Amino acid sequence: MGIILNHVSYVYSEETSDEIRALNDVNIKINDGEFIGLIGHTGSGKSTLVQHLNGLLRATSGEIYYNGTDIYEKDYNMKEHRSKVGLVFQYPEHQLFEVDVFTDVCFGPKNLGLTKNEAELRAFDALKQVGLSEEYFYQSPFDLSGGQKRRVAIAGVLAMKPEVLILDEPTAGLDPKGRDEILGLIRKLRDENNISILLVSHSMEDVANYVDRIIVMSKGSVLMDDIPREVFGRYRELEAVGLAAPQVTYIMHALKEKGFAVNPLATTIEEAKDEILKGFVR
Amino acid sequence: MIRDITLGQYYQADSPIHKMDPRVKLIGTICYIISLFLFRSLSAYAVATVFLFAVIHISKVPFRFITKGMKSIVILMTITVAFNLFLTPGDILVQFWRLKITRQGVEASGYMILRLTYLIIGSSLMTLTTTPNNLTDGMEKLLKPLSVVKVPVHEVAMMMSIALRFIPILLEETDKIMKAQMARGADFESGNLIQKARNLVPLLVPLFISAFRRANDLAMAMEARCYRGGEGRTKMKPLMYHRRDYCAYGTLFLYLAAIIAAGKWGPF
Repeated sequence: MGIILNHVSYVYSEETSDEIRALNDVNIKINDGEFIGLIGHTGSGKSTLVQHLNGLLRATSGEIYYNGTDIYEKDYNMKEHRSKVGLVFQYPEHQLFEVDVFTDVCFGPKNLGLTKNEAELRAFDALKQVGLSEEYFYQSPFDLSGGQKRRVAIAGVLAMKPEVLILDEPTAGLDPKGRDEILGLIRKLRDENNISILLVSHSMEDVANYVDRIIVMSKGSVLMDDIPREVFGRYRELEAVGLAAPQVTYIMHALKEKGFAVNPLATTIEEAKDEILKGFVR
Repeated sequence: MIRDITLGQYYQADSPIHKMDPRVKLIGTICYIISLFLFRSLSAYAVATVFLFAVIHISKVPFRFITKGMKSIVILMTITVAFNLFLTPGDILVQFWRLKITRQGVEASGYMILRLTYLIIGSSLMTLTTTPNNLTDGMEKLLKPLSVVKVPVHEVAMMMSIALRFIPILLEETDKIMKAQMARGADFESGNLIQKARNLVPLLVPLFISAFRRANDLAMAMEARCYRGGEGRTKMKPLMYHRRDYCAYGTLFLYLAAIIAAGKWGPF
C-alpha cells in the first residue's frame, strides 16, 4: 500500500519573527517495493520531509497515511510505525554507543520488545546483509573504519525489519570506493528483501544509476516527480534550483547539438555508450 | 523541543545599549543587582522600575524576549516565596494547622518576587544586548588586575567563550542524536526515574564522543595557529571607552544616588 502524503506542510517556530516554511503543500505517494531518489539543494526540506515519514516531526497541516491508516490518529502505535519505516540519519555512525558492534545492532529489535534470542537472530541477519564479516561482531564500534561504522549503523535500522527504508545522504563523507560500496549494498538490500527505499541525496550521479523514480525538492515544495530520464531531460530547470544532471546528460546534449544522431535522454554511462556506438554504426 | 532553551541568547538590534562597552554593562548590571538588595522600600523599587524600563526601552529588545527567561526560575521563585511566607515570624494574619502566614511574611515574599524578577530581567538584558564574545572580552579586561596574583584570567575567559560558543552546537547535536535513537525505537519519556536515567545512555555516549571529537579538532586548529595562551597576545579590536560609555557611567551614578535617596528618605 505504501505511504501517502496529503497536502503536508510544516512550519518551524510558528507565529514568531523567525517563522520558516520548511514544507509547503507536499503531495507524494510511495508505493511498495519502489526505489526512489529524493533530491534537493541544502535547505530544500528533504531532511524535514523524511522526518515526517516516520513521525519524528508532526506536520503543521495535512495528513500522512501508512498502509491506509492515518499516522496522526490518536491511538496509532508510533513506536511500531518507526520500526516499519526505518530511517537512517546522516552520519549514522555518530549514533553508535554500545560496547560492541553486535550489542549495538540489537538495540533496535530489543526496543521493539522482542526476546533476546529473536533480537540477536535479527542482528546477526542484519550484519550479514550489510556484508560485515564475523570477526568484527565483538569489537568496539569505535575501532572500525568509517565505511564499516556506517554499515553497522545501517544494520542497526535493518534489524528492525522495516518495510520502508529511508537513508538520508548515506554516502556523505565517504571516498568514491566507499560510496559505490554503500550504494551497491542499498541496491542489494532492495533486491533481496523487496522493501521500498527512499534515498536522499543532493548528488544526481549517486542516484542516476540506481533509482526507479526521482523526486526533486526546492524551497519546501515538490518541483518534479518522475522517472530519471524525464527529470534529467529538464536539466536547465535543475540548474536553476542549484542542482545538476549527471555528466552523461550534458555530454549527450552537447553531442546532439554538434549534429550527432544520439538520443540525449540516456541517463547512465552504459546507456550513453550504447547510444554513441549506435550513432557511429548508422 | 530542545531548541526552546534560550541560554545566553543574544538579540540583534541597533541601539545605544548594544553599542556600549561590555565593561560598562557588566559593572552596571552588578551595581543594579546590588542596589536591588540595599533597601526594602517601595520608593526605592519605584526608582529601580523606572530605570529598568527606561533601559529596556532604549535597548529596543522586545519585552516578550526578556520575559522568556522568567519561565526557568518559576520553581525557584515558588520555593523562596513559600519559605518567606510561612517561616517569617511576626503578626499572624492566617493560621491553619502549624502553618502561619504573617504580615511580615507577606511583605518579605512580595519583595522577594520583585527582587528575583528584576534580577533576572536585569541580567538577561545584559546577555540579550551583548554578544558572548564581547562579554568575555569585557570580563577578561575587568579581571585583568587579578593576573598579578597568578589568576589565569585569559585562560578562564577563553574557556568561557569556547563553552558559550558550543552550547548551540551541542544542543543541535543532542536533538539530532535523540531523533536518531527514537528512529531505532528508543524511548526518552516513559518509565520511572531509574529507567529514564538508563534510557539516556544511548543519547549521552554519542554526545560525549562528539564533544570530545570537537574539542580535539578545536585544540588542533588553535595549535595550528600557534595559540599559546594570553601572554603577549594583543586584540584585533581592543576595548576602548567612548563618550557614550562615560555618559552611561554618569547615568549609573545618578541612578545609584537616586535609589539611595529614595531608600533613605523616600515617603514609603
